[in-house]
Amino acid sequence: MIKHFLNLEWKQYMRSSYWQKNLILNIFIVFFALYFVVIFLILGFTLLPILKDFYPNQEPLTLVNQYIFYYIIIDLFIRFFLQKLPVMSVKALLTTPIKRSTIVHYVLGKSGVSFFNFLPLFAIIPFGIMLTTDGVSGSQAFVWVLTMVLLVLIINYLNFIIESLSEGSELSFLPLIAVAAALYGLDYFEIVPITTLIGDAILGIVHNPILILVPMLVLGLVYSYNFKILKQKLFLDSSLKSKVTEVKVADLSWTKRFGSIAPFMQLDLKLIWRNKRTKSSVFIMVIGLLYGLFFYPQPMYKDLVWIFPFIGIFVTGIFLINFGQFIPAWDSGYYKLLMSQNIKYEQYLRSKFILMVISVGLMFVLSIPYVYFGYKILIAHFAAAIYNIGVNSHVMLYGGSFNRKKIDLNQRAAFNYQGTGAVQWIIGLPLMILPMLIFALVNWLIGFMAGIGVLIGLGVLGIVFHKKLMKVITQRYLNSKYKMINAFSEDN
Amino acid sequence: MIHTENLTKSYNGNTVLKIDEIHIPKGQSFGLVGNNGAGKTTYFSLLLDLIKPTTGSITNNDIVVDQSEAWKPFTSSFIDESFLIGYLTPEEYFYFIGDLRGQNKADVDALTAKFEDFFNGEILGQKKYLRDLSKGNQKKAGIVAALIGHPEVIILDEPFANLDPTTQIRLKQIIKDLATTQGVTVLISSHDLMHVTEVCERIVVLEKGEIVKDLETNPETLKELESHFAGTPLALQEEE
Repeated sequence: MIKHFLNLEWKQYMRSSYWQKNLILNIFIVFFALYFVVIFLILGFTLLPILKDFYPNQEPLTLVNQYIFYYIIIDLFIRFFLQKLPVMSVKALLTTPIKRSTIVHYVLGKSGVSFFNFLPLFAIIPFGIMLTTDGVSGSQAFVWVLTMVLLVLIINYLNFIIESLSEGSELSFLPLIAVAAALYGLDYFEIVPITTLIGDAILGIVHNPILILVPMLVLGLVYSYNFKILKQKLFLDSSLKSKVTEVKVADLSWTKRFGSIAPFMQLDLKLIWRNKRTKSSVFIMVIGLLYGLFFYPQPMYKDLVWIFPFIGIFVTGIFLINFGQFIPAWDSGYYKLLMSQNIKYEQYLRSKFILMVISVGLMFVLSIPYVYFGYKILIAHFAAAIYNIGVNSHVMLYGGSFNRKKIDLNQRAAFNYQGTGAVQWIIGLPLMILPMLIFALVNWLIGFMAGIGVLIGLGVLGIVFHKKLMKVITQRYLNSKYKMINAFSEDN
Repeated sequence: MIHTENLTKSYNGNTVLKIDEIHIPKGQSFGLVGNNGAGKTTYFSLLLDLIKPTTGSITNNDIVVDQSEAWKPFTSSFIDESFLIGYLTPEEYFYFIGDLRGQNKADVDALTAKFEDFFNGEILGQKKYLRDLSKGNQKKAGIVAALIGHPEVIILDEPFANLDPTTQIRLKQIIKDLATTQGVTVLISSHDLMHVTEVCERIVVLEKGEIVKDLETNPETLKELESHFAGTPLALQEEE
């Protein structure tokens, strides 16, 4: 049975237009993965000597175990946003003589071999080997490695439980943040010393290998809970008969002031508000806005002026990057309609452009309070906003014409929780890094204001040539019209 | 009105449609029949410039469809569900299409009011999104949307499929009305020989991408079509 499933998936992957047409992106992702593997390998081999250097009086194993708590929290976070449960189109399989439990076991098992689970091994195993050179017995090191592997798997399945619990709510990431913050707070203010508790627990397992049954039991529990919730979802009526939602009609007549593009603006606003997938990109704006708080309060970033535009681009452009990169795939479900209707491509694109510009303006205004950390931050954010409007928005629209992947707004595929993957963030990187490099260079050569000036200049240039650029972009869309229609009418 | 010349469409050297010449005059109700893979939807897609012809061209009211977009204001169509926008209510969808075709809300309301019978109370004022409607009701909404804005050419692919009997009968009346009293050129395709012969003045049979019959509808047409599809062994086998 598994053989059949694997065969189906292989075909689905290799035969999708996404794979065939995005070879470069795929290669890029492979490099990205290799990069992380190397980093983790280095970490695994060098951690022990480093720890011995810095803390000669403490056992490295004890020390590492105390940090496992932070690892769990961070890993959960990263997974929550980047990892999704493998998607499988099950509708066709439900009527075939395959046991439901086989399908669920398969999906869960497949998630077990995810890259997110392999990556830590590249650090854990080398560290385990290094331990044996440091007086820890081979069997103890082995037990430690085994415990860590179990822990990674527990995190893996725990994440899916969290995702499925938060699936329905709109601010899905808030509970996770709250729980993590609470745990961290308990530990930080030494109310409950979770770090040492977890450290001691792992150390206990290493000394009494029989206790490894405990993490095994926990893994069994999280797995079977996952199994339970997935199996419940695996009925036709839950995927076929989606809940019929009562329509909430909002008055959008104010868009009339945008003239000929008003119908498209209304359509886009409804698109964003009425579909789960697009809605999440609105809520990601909240995260984006708070992103600066990771950096600015820390004194070490006070003088790292060159990083300000990077954060500025991120904060003011998060919606632009998130929403923009799927233009025109958001409309892929009814692209044929648009193409056979009496519309001007330019109006269609301009509506998206204005939406992005409004979001950038809004995010800039909301980010003004960052001035508390220094006036330079405000100036840098302003320059970043102008750059976003003038350059990145056009780049996004242009890049959209290469879009060949259909987005299923209705989320018919079962097991589709968030629909966002690591790829989405990788695409955004050049948009943020390029202006940062430009700024850093000018800042280093001439000075802060000159760097800001260059960024603003580039942005203004883009705004001045907006009409010309839109013409080029529109032409580009017209040229790839047939290819896009074809790709968008493909399933997967 | 619609003139097709030397039209072929091939995928990787495999010709799926080959029409030397066919002319559809204004105000004709034109039916396209054929088995699966005969090229009906391919022809309609070419007519709407959704795919590019390999050779030849189609002119719609003297406009070459793959060179100019000027045919769009007077042509409308409903091919499949991908012509619907799932997250809109039927009313919003009608208004959106109306906006694109230069009709204000009142115009659209006046038009949709005429189809209350056809809708059978299941479309308007339901506070449901199109994606939550049944297949048949989605189709009703799509067909009526194709009538918005006084189009001169209307293209409907398999309009009778998925509809309940009552609606099928009402739809036949609507299509007949369009062609005879309003002078609209209606192109439909169907697997149902009875419906097509009832509605269309002219019926063209496609087989493996080529025209094999071109008939003026008369009382004998249905018999002729039935014997054609029953008799030829080629027609029996499922293609595609």
